[in-house]
Amino acid sequence: MRTGPGDTGADVASQRSGADVANERSGDGPLLDVRDLDVFLPAPSGPVRIIDRVSFTVDAGRTTGLIGESGSGKTMTAMAVIGLLPQGAVTRGGLWWRGENLLTAGPRRRRRVRGREIAMIFQDPLASLNPSQTVGRQVTEIPRRDGMSRRELTATAAELLGRVGIPEPARRASNYPHQFSGGMRQRAMTALALAGKPRLILADEPTTALDVTVQARILDMLRNLREQENTAMVLVSHDLRVMAHVADDLVVMYAGRVCERGPARDLLRRPLHPYTKALVESVPAVHTKTAIAAPLPGSPANPAQRPSGCAFHPRCPLTRVMADDGAAAHERCRTEEPEVLEVAPGRWSGCHFAGVLHDERSSTRVAGRNGTGPDTATTTEEEERP
Amino acid sequence: MTEHPTGLSIRDLRVTFGGGRRLLGAGAPPVTAVAGVDLDVAPDETVAVVGESGSGKTTVARCVVGLVRPDSGTLSYDGTPLGPVRGRPAEIQRAIQMVFQDPRSSLNPRMTAGAIIREAWQAHPAAAPAGDQHAAVRDLLEEVGLDGGVARRRPAELSGGQCQRISIARALALRPRLLVCDEAVSALDVSVQAQILRLLVDLTREHGLSLLFISHDLGVVRQIADRIAVMRSGEIVETAATEDLYRSPQHPYTRMLLDAALDLEVAET
Amino acid sequence: MTDTVLAERAAPTPRSATIDADLPRRPRRLGRILRYVPHGIIAVYIVVAAVGPLVVDYDPLATSVTDRLLSPGSTTSDGGTAWLGTDGVGRDILDQVVLGARTSMVIAVLTVAAAGTFGVIVGLIAGYVGGWADASIARLIDILVAFPGILLAIVIAGLFRPGILIVVLALSAVGWISFARVVRGASLSLRERDWVNAARVMAVPRRSILGRHVLPFVVGPVVAMATLEFALVVLAEAGLSFLGIGLPSTSVSWGQTIADGKEYLELAPWISAFPGVALAVLVICVGLVGDQLTARYGGNRR
Ligand SMILES: Nc1ncnc2c1ncn2[C@@H]1O[C@H](COP(=O)(O)OP(=O)(O)OP(=O)(O)O)[C@@H](O)[C@H]1O
Ligand SMILES: Nc1ncnc2c1ncn2[C@@H]1O[C@H](COP(=O)(O)OP(=O)(O)O)[C@@H](O)[C@H]1O
Ligand code: SF4
Ligand SMILES: [Mg+2]
Ligand SMILES: [Mg+2]
Repeated sequence: MRTGPGDTGADVASQRSGADVANERSGDGPLLDVRDLDVFLPAPSGPVRIIDRVSFTVDAGRTTGLIGESGSGKTMTAMAVIGLLPQGAVTRGGLWWRGENLLTAGPRRRRRVRGREIAMIFQDPLASLNPSQTVGRQVTEIPRRDGMSRRELTATAAELLGRVGIPEPARRASNYPHQFSGGMRQRAMTALALAGKPRLILADEPTTALDVTVQARILDMLRNLREQENTAMVLVSHDLRVMAHVADDLVVMYAGRVCERGPARDLLRRPLHPYTKALVESVPAVHTKTAIAAPLPGSPANPAQRPSGCAFHPRCPLTRVMADDGAAAHERCRTEEPEVLEVAPGRWSGCHFAGVLHDERSSTRVAGRNGTGPDTATTTEEEERP
Repeated sequence: MTEHPTGLSIRDLRVTFGGGRRLLGAGAPPVTAVAGVDLDVAPDETVAVVGESGSGKTTVARCVVGLVRPDSGTLSYDGTPLGPVRGRPAEIQRAIQMVFQDPRSSLNPRMTAGAIIREAWQAHPAAAPAGDQHAAVRDLLEEVGLDGGVARRRPAELSGGQCQRISIARALALRPRLLVCDEAVSALDVSVQAQILRLLVDLTREHGLSLLFISHDLGVVRQIADRIAVMRSGEIVETAATEDLYRSPQHPYTRMLLDAALDLEVAET
Repeated sequence: MTDTVLAERAAPTPRSATIDADLPRRPRRLGRILRYVPHGIIAVYIVVAAVGPLVVDYDPLATSVTDRLLSPGSTTSDGGTAWLGTDGVGRDILDQVVLGARTSMVIAVLTVAAAGTFGVIVGLIAGYVGGWADASIARLIDILVAFPGILLAIVIAGLFRPGILIVVLALSAVGWISFARVVRGASLSLRERDWVNAARVMAVPRRSILGRHVLPFVVGPVVAMATLEFALVVLAEAGLSFLGIGLPSTSVSWGQTIADGKEYLELAPWISAFPGVALAVLVICVGLVGDQLTARYGGNRR
């Protein structure tokens, strides 16, 4: 087991030369290309499509953010990428990893990709660390499998924990997870992900449970990683402020579908989907006094019971504006599922009326629309314009 | 009990972890988690505690709900001294409830959401609804913005945010007077966060519920708190009315915290 | 809302055609069947232990000089066939293997049940209550572990009159420790879980907390532990019987039969071999099942 199948993979992973990195940068095509990904989960009444035709790409050295409400399928998308979906899940579509479709790869191949090429930082650090092993041991799992000596392992554990900012790493390596604080567990999880020197890190809510100061440090750490090692990252978070600071590209999800994607800064400044717009408007400001945003009506759609047409239509402020004479939703929104189309260069939106939002921003009719609009109308729009 | 409800009162609270006698082995050196905290939460009032990780916020919260026994200091609610949970009168046990930080870990994975909420009523039959408990569960779930059908689902079948709402529903099931929220909305999405914050604000207004609201999100705290206490290394360095704190932070540490906080606009420069 | 679900199923979007038709099938069916071979073999043992003694007519005191040391397959003086041969006093080996199965299984089940119950309770107390109770239990375990387990069993079994209960007691005396350890570890980490804290804040009675919020999560590891312990007990019981302590000489057990055969190892190896094989196969199968369970629940995960 020790010297078995691990060898060559370890070499490739640990001795990535500068040329290799450079190749990737100029490489042909993206590192990860998710194309029309479907994930079905078993349910008593038959398989349910929890992820519905999700597409996005991640380039080396870039960070793609997945945002969306709880239950919108961010974690499931990440799990599909790393190949750790729950029992009985079925995937379909394309999951192209450096030119290879992982969905058709065998379990052995997937295991080798996992940890060494793609690593994941899980949402729930307590449940993802083994309570009966020391943190140091868990962090050095991959080097151990590669047959590293005991002394080296101890040093590696300390080095990894030190890199993620755990004080006194050598001593802390012998602690058990329950002796760590929430923030430290999160860092330990990160160290565990770094151990295999992956090319892509999937980070599921890596800073959600942390306070601002630790959060800032973890984000800095992730950013450094990207710069120094050209590591690509998929960052799952519902914290738009974090996204604004770290992500290069954003994918906004709703009920298992993509509603909008594009360059982060542009997307947050000029959302081309009413859902993104509502999200942006709900972020509480620290440096100015804001009232609690008017929440969207209703609850997030469950991918297992997706509304017809546009899944967002029961809660959408725009469709009500567009609807004729007081109907709750526009006819098209209720019956026709919007396709995700490129509505402006680099900007993809899955809203029938994305064009309206687009025009709105460049024209002065904003006030008129908002005047008749529902409660999510906002006062920040004027400031947001460049 | 005094005639006038005075709410929660914390005086010179001190908590040290570790350093206890071990039969064998040295044991870890003691950690002072809380080093002399004074804090009051009046009825109707929302008090937020902010501060960096490890500053002792959670420990204060756990003392208030009786999960941690302080080394010294006094805690009281409406004049009733607060000891460990089991020593408290049933009425006080119900009056003070807590919502935890980690949505997954706060719910027993083997139980359905409905059973989780009904357990509160088993422990306190006095708070149980007179009629159909299942209907009452559905009402509660709807109150926290969940579909009534969620009652039959287990935590593993729910997303993190959905779990957190169930844990809020469980706390509300006992109709508490003081709700201790330890990072309770940190794991929720902004749009849901807004719903929950609204819900909490409404509850404070309608039922005179007071909140001890622990959060690291200085934006959220600004929207919900009447007063803010800033904690560092087990001590409260500054307490001020919310807007005063943001406009003119007195303590250097408060200023540092505010400077570290991100805003959405910052990236847009 | 239900409408939309039905709509999604009844009229799937063109791209998905029928959902089930193009969903890939799960491979490795053979592997999954092979996993259950040990389960099947254990089931055979259980059936033999349960039904065997009703079928077999065996008297440990009845000896027959003419039928001594018959090789497997020989015909005995009363016209029957000794499929597995006979021993030094002419008793049938097959009968002894079948009856020994019951003895082994009964002792193993009783021991695992006794050790398991005691160990789980002790482990829960140590892990959940903690503090002083935990410290004393930890010391007790350290002391017990300092003795080789089988030695302690030999001492206890040797002190009393032979009998099944004494054997169970002797084997349980050390058997509970591994259960207590597993449960202590699991409940230590469970105690930190917020669902337990939430129950404590609501003042849920401690009994319910243990029963509802802690115990269900140690069942997996305990079951895994039980199978491993089962295999060890079967071996240990055979060891005791081999040494001639524990069970009265009238009872039939694999260990005794193996011991009886040791004088004839060169002349009639089948006497020791067959009960030995029966023992080995059972221990291996239970161990395999135990490994599967440990892989699923072990390591205190979740
Ligand atoms: N093991 C499972 N079995 C069945 N349904 C599941 C399972 N895990 C998740 N789901 C469902 O799949 C959908 C997507 O869940 P997912 O965990 O991906 O959401 P998420 O976007 O990561 O949410 P959060 O922000 O709360 O973590 C939800 O409706 C959820 O209830
Ligand atoms: N059960 C415990 N055992 C040992 N130390 C603890 C325990 N709980 C908290 N601490 C320590 O007490 C300090 C304060 O922790 P905590 O109250 O959780 O802080 P916060 O909630 O502000 O992050 C930290 O140094 C933490 O490591
Ligand atoms: S398609 Fe219609 S319902 Fe969907 S987001 Fe656009 S306007 Fe709203
Ligand atoms: Mg998630
Ligand atoms: Mg805390």
